[in-house]
Amino acid sequence: MPTETVDITKFKSKIAPDWCPGCGDFGVLASLQKACAMNGLDSKDVCVVSGIGCSSNLPGFFGSYGMHTLHGRAVAVAQGVRLANPDVTVIATGGDGDGYGIGIGHFIHAMRRNLNMTYIVMNNQIYGLTTGQTSPTTELHTQTKSTPEGSIENPLNPMQLALVSGASFVARGFSGSAERLSEVMAEAIKHKGFSLVDVFSPCVTYNKVNTYPWFRERVYDLQAEGHDTGNWDAAMIAAKQPNNRIATGIFYQAPATPTYEELEPAYKFGSPVKQKLGLDKESADALLNSFK
Amino acid sequence: MSSQTTALSPRKVSVRVGGAAGDGIASVAETLAKACSRQGLYVFAYNSYQSVIRGGHINMQIRIGAKKVWSQGDQCDFLVALNQDTIVRHAKEVTPGGGIIYNKEKIKLDAASLPKSVSDFGIPSSAIANKFGKSPIMQNTVALGALSFVMNFPFEAVKDVIVGTFKKKGDAVVNANVGAAQAGFDYAKENFKQVSLTWEVSNKKRMFLTGNQAIALGAVAGGCKFYSAYPMTPASGILHWLAPKGPKYGVVVKQCEDEIAAMNMAVGAGHAGARSMTGTSGGGFSLMTEAVGLAAMIEAPVVVVNCMRGGPSTGLPTKTEQGDLFQAIGASQGDYPKFIIAPATVEDAFYATTEALNLAEIYQCPVILLSDLLLSEHYETIDDLDMAKVKIERGEWAQATNGNGGFLRYKNTPSGISPRAIPGMAGMNYIAASDEHDEEGVVISDVFTDPAKRIVMMEKRMRKMETALKNMPEPKVEGPANADLTFITWGSTYYVVRDAIHRLEKEGVKVNHLNIKYIWPFKADAIAKIIKSAKKTFIVEANYTGQMEKFIRQETGLSIAHHLRKYDGEPFGPDQVHEKTKALLAGAKEPALAAR
Repeated sequence: MPTETVDITKFKSKIAPDWCPGCGDFGVLASLQKACAMNGLDSKDVCVVSGIGCSSNLPGFFGSYGMHTLHGRAVAVAQGVRLANPDVTVIATGGDGDGYGIGIGHFIHAMRRNLNMTYIVMNNQIYGLTTGQTSPTTELHTQTKSTPEGSIENPLNPMQLALVSGASFVARGFSGSAERLSEVMAEAIKHKGFSLVDVFSPCVTYNKVNTYPWFRERVYDLQAEGHDTGNWDAAMIAAKQPNNRIATGIFYQAPATPTYEELEPAYKFGSPVKQKLGLDKESADALLNSFK
Repeated sequence: MSSQTTALSPRKVSVRVGGAAGDGIASVAETLAKACSRQGLYVFAYNSYQSVIRGGHINMQIRIGAKKVWSQGDQCDFLVALNQDTIVRHAKEVTPGGGIIYNKEKIKLDAASLPKSVSDFGIPSSAIANKFGKSPIMQNTVALGALSFVMNFPFEAVKDVIVGTFKKKGDAVVNANVGAAQAGFDYAKENFKQVSLTWEVSNKKRMFLTGNQAIALGAVAGGCKFYSAYPMTPASGILHWLAPKGPKYGVVVKQCEDEIAAMNMAVGAGHAGARSMTGTSGGGFSLMTEAVGLAAMIEAPVVVVNCMRGGPSTGLPTKTEQGDLFQAIGASQGDYPKFIIAPATVEDAFYATTEALNLAEIYQCPVILLSDLLLSEHYETIDDLDMAKVKIERGEWAQATNGNGGFLRYKNTPSGISPRAIPGMAGMNYIAASDEHDEEGVVISDVFTDPAKRIVMMEKRMRKMETALKNMPEPKVEGPANADLTFITWGSTYYVVRDAIHRLEKEGVKVNHLNIKYIWPFKADAIAKIIKSAKKTFIVEANYTGQMEKFIRQETGLSIAHHLRKYDGEPFGPDQVHEKTKALLAGAKEPALAAR
């Protein structure tokens, strides 16, 4: 297959990332820029919405419209943007603490809502910006600043959680395989409905366990092994990480399910940001009379 | 038709319908109130209820008059008792000349214990109702028919409302209900003496709605295109009206997983360019506050309605209070521009909502509308709303450019207002950041924090409030200058004070009234001038600590001499205000304020 060159410059920002050298988030940023370019998006029609954390600084380094919101609220704010303007490609980004910790309620409900948006979680299994505490995906027995004797909580499994919550596109990537990651992201953005891309994005400063070499020993690509993306049960099994191997790639893509936008009756009048405001005389009178 | 002497006021008549939750009080009360409104009469109806779906004690007070009715009043002229408990609680309060309607097969009334000249209107409601249907609620329809006779209220008007209510359910249901009402009317006609009341009815049909409905209607009229909420009493009425109606006018109505989501979604929608609003009560507002600050920081327009109820914590879920003023003022960390507006009446709630949507976009900041349970949930007859008064002002917008980068979204301007751009507009990509940022939107909190830029940005945002102060309407005093006493209110206490003022005026007492609607930004100088020129000041507010009184002192350095406060959850009655006013004018001294 000939490699098509894509121009990612239009998704570059003049602000240089201030992540630690070697941070996995560099690969995620580059992959997202490439994925948007591959999909032929116009940067004015993209809105990247993040929460708070190292990875949530991403919109500042990305050349589109963006929002850098509150800790855990990226998905909620992003849904508001999307509901107000369904012509905008909405991509929420953030870390595992932001999305699977403080923001998990919004995450679960966004999935069952199936709004057409993409959520990219840079999962480093640690709280980085607050200098190294345990996160919802930190593995059992891992020593962190807040678990000096090792974590005594089980990590949550975001892939299985996404599958049972009704996400219609569930995928995982590894920042160390940026090329493949950009393809997966491009598919996620193209998907009609809620898409999750959980990305292993190593924290080189505070996570000395889940390092690049650690992942390289374990990750494999589902698509290279003939995984059926229409098979939800197979996706659940892959998400369990049998044989201590970690699956990446597209786990599951639901056959065409209606998106929230397709079912929302208000869009009959067009995108809310483009509708004419105020009532015409006839509607106004009818409404006033309905109270009489 | 025979009549009897009456002590009832010819101007206003009060009907109280009492029972347990699930007894169908609302259907009796709303049918009567609606019938009155359609006859050109004014109604003020307040439902006192609890946080239960079945049981408890509920009573709905409907006050009817040929002229504007300003409060639920203190009287009960006719009591419709749907259970024994209602007799126990309210029979002794019935005005001489009035009467009590009840099902005499189920409820006992000791006629001897009644106040003098209160009529016993016991009806065999079950036997009558059984002819028309099995639903126990049908007994209420019988009572309604009887009420129509005893208070000499046109039966046809009641019938019209019943027909309208049941039309969707088919002729059989309509006929059964009309039949039951007619049978109640006929029974009363045969057995009771009618109270001599003359109703000044007209063909003028007036609007009859709640404060919440007025807010929801204001949202639609004001161009709101996104409403998000999590159910919470007493704000749910806004959601309940908008959910079926909103989408017909292009409004996306979204019930969220919690108030945090509701607020953050509204901020996202506002940022993206849709006029957005969310509604809740104090508890939900607590969850929203972080995002109120977010809206201020990224300069996203958003309207937040807080329908206050008794606090703290879950407090009095179904009772009224004005205890969240300090919460609204102190919502979210840091200093930031915002508006706090407290509509006083149903009409005001409509116009204030349309105004709030404008202010949010003009000043690009959160606008908090403070309502309360009394204002939000009471039903009232109002004169027509003037849709022509609703103007949509969207503030300053940047023009799309061919350029890329360099757009100053947060440009430092003399007014503090920076022309706005939204996703989809070409050449103006920018990041809206919750962290402090520069004029371009670039975060200045990382790497190093730039004190000089921080000062510029903080002052730019806060300058919007100075601009707003110049543009906001001046506070107005209603009533004569040189009054002997000046009332001060905010929000729904406006009502009871107006009611008391009408009575005081009739008695020849000279009083006037300052209602504070625009709380933030606050026209401190103008308010101070009014207070200084008043002979006696008297503030009426429904909270324990006197939050508005303290706020006025904070902003003007002036103390209000007298106050009336209430925190039992029930609205003030006009008698209470009237009594204290008379005492103050007679020279009564306020007890020492002590720790309050």
